[in-house]
Amino acid sequence: MTQDTRIARLEQVSKRYGAITALERIDLDIHRGELLALLGPNGAGKSTSIGLLLGLMPADEGHVSLFGRDPHDIEAHRRIGVMLQSANLPATLKVAELLRLTASYYPAPRSVAECAALTGIDDVLARRYEALSGGQQRRVQFAMAMIGRPELLFLDEPTVGMDLPARQALWAAVRRLVGEGCAVVLTTHYLEEAEALADRVCVIARGAVVSEGTVDALRARIATSRVRCVTTVGAEIAWRWPGVVSAVRKDDHLEIATTEPEATVRRLLDADVALAGLEVQRASLAEAFVDITRDDVAHIHQEAA
Amino acid sequence: MSAVIESTAVPAMSAGRVFNAYLEEARAECLRYLRNPGFLLPTLLFPAAFYVMFGIVMAQPDRAAAARYLLASYGTFGVMSPGLFGFGVSLALERDTGLLTLKRALPMPPGAYLAGKMCMALLVAAMVATLLLGLATFAAHVDLPPSRIAAFYLVEVVGALPFCALGLMLGTVVKGQGAPGVVNLVYLPMAFLAGLWFPLSMMPGVLRDIAPLWPAYHLDQLALAAVGLGEGGIGIHVLVLAGYTAVFVTIAARRLRRHG
Repeated sequence: MTQDTRIARLEQVSKRYGAITALERIDLDIHRGELLALLGPNGAGKSTSIGLLLGLMPADEGHVSLFGRDPHDIEAHRRIGVMLQSANLPATLKVAELLRLTASYYPAPRSVAECAALTGIDDVLARRYEALSGGQQRRVQFAMAMIGRPELLFLDEPTVGMDLPARQALWAAVRRLVGEGCAVVLTTHYLEEAEALADRVCVIARGAVVSEGTVDALRARIATSRVRCVTTVGAEIAWRWPGVVSAVRKDDHLEIATTEPEATVRRLLDADVALAGLEVQRASLAEAFVDITRDDVAHIHQEAA
Repeated sequence: MSAVIESTAVPAMSAGRVFNAYLEEARAECLRYLRNPGFLLPTLLFPAAFYVMFGIVMAQPDRAAAARYLLASYGTFGVMSPGLFGFGVSLALERDTGLLTLKRALPMPPGAYLAGKMCMALLVAAMVATLLLGLATFAAHVDLPPSRIAAFYLVEVVGALPFCALGLMLGTVVKGQGAPGVVNLVYLPMAFLAGLWFPLSMMPGVLRDIAPLWPAYHLDQLALAAVGLGEGGIGIHVLVLAGYTAVFVTIAARRLRRHG
């Protein structure tokens, strides 16, 4: 028998706000040490899922657990770190004071200095929170989330408002934590963020999980590649080849979406020896995501499930 | 992998560390508001300015008695506001801006949040009491023996608690930017109706009759007794204030549990 590695669970959980159903019998497991990305359009239920796991609100139906305990239990909370989407921290406190206060909640926290070094905020420790830029404030919030040496870190849209270098620095810090065995639940709008970090991606739309798996598996569900080249082959001919989903001519370029890129390319080369500028690209997670959360696809998937 | 599994043995939070978390919360809360002139200046300057104006500059016939009487009234007026604003308005704002949500998600010991705000309010109440006592002693030449000074401190600092409770209750009812207005709508009329601005003897009979309805009236009576102008009934005033505090806290606790 293998060790149960699930540290946070939603089992058949439903949550309603008045007449609006935010979550409908959702199942979600978070395993020790993994990085799970929750993706989904606005209002899909990502933040509600996190709020339930944090015990911020009760579930209407189903069972929620955090480290096998009730999600309100402070013992469970001593093992997690939290960075919420919007939290106005006390403006007149200095960064070091905010870190010191947060550290005091945990049994064996990192030191303020260590935490500041890991998150790259050494230079602003003596400054008031209100004097920081938006990106710096997010970094301070991230530092507060990791100062308690959490085993599970909740990051709700962590890199909103950050420029690319800051975002990449945060990704590096997250990877480092995961390398030390910390599990992370990340919600994000930035698909490249999930692509860069996640072991597992869970797509939520309209209160239900519509897709769950590795980044590669998610891509494979929309198993198309894009083939682009300069050729005399007509779109109407390529369209009839096996595996081709669509073929469109744009000026002298032909663009083909195909589930069998190797076979398609072989046929193209056979048909046109003068073919040039060949590009083959796998579908990006963004394309997969848009496809999965589109109403019709999600609907078909739900019926199949 | 073994390292990961071993980490399930979470270090326990010792009682000392829990206590330390309470201290850190109180420290942060005090620092935060002492650095906020928008909160601190009106809280300190309004009662001080009123006292200087009515207790010192404009008090004509019986200077010493007026200065002593108004020390109690404006002291009471002054210590109401850290509880009402420091507690009520800040709770209402923090419920709205997500800070309270974050604190509930973090392993902050239950009670540390409210205990921290209470310490801050009591500290500011002590500052108000000190400022007014200084003005009374050095500018208005009110001569109080040490025992009365100690009694005045005790009444005004501990007396801030019922208003912390009232602020707490208001903070659970109102949310966000509307809170300062609502709290002022409670604070200013109550101060007037309890006779903190003008002595009740100068007010219409109806207002005099309903004055015992207001918690501020009872605190004022205790403060007057502390400076030697009391009319008795100390036990009743203490009981009424304790009763109000219990009712406010009960309502607030119920609302916080239900709505967060």
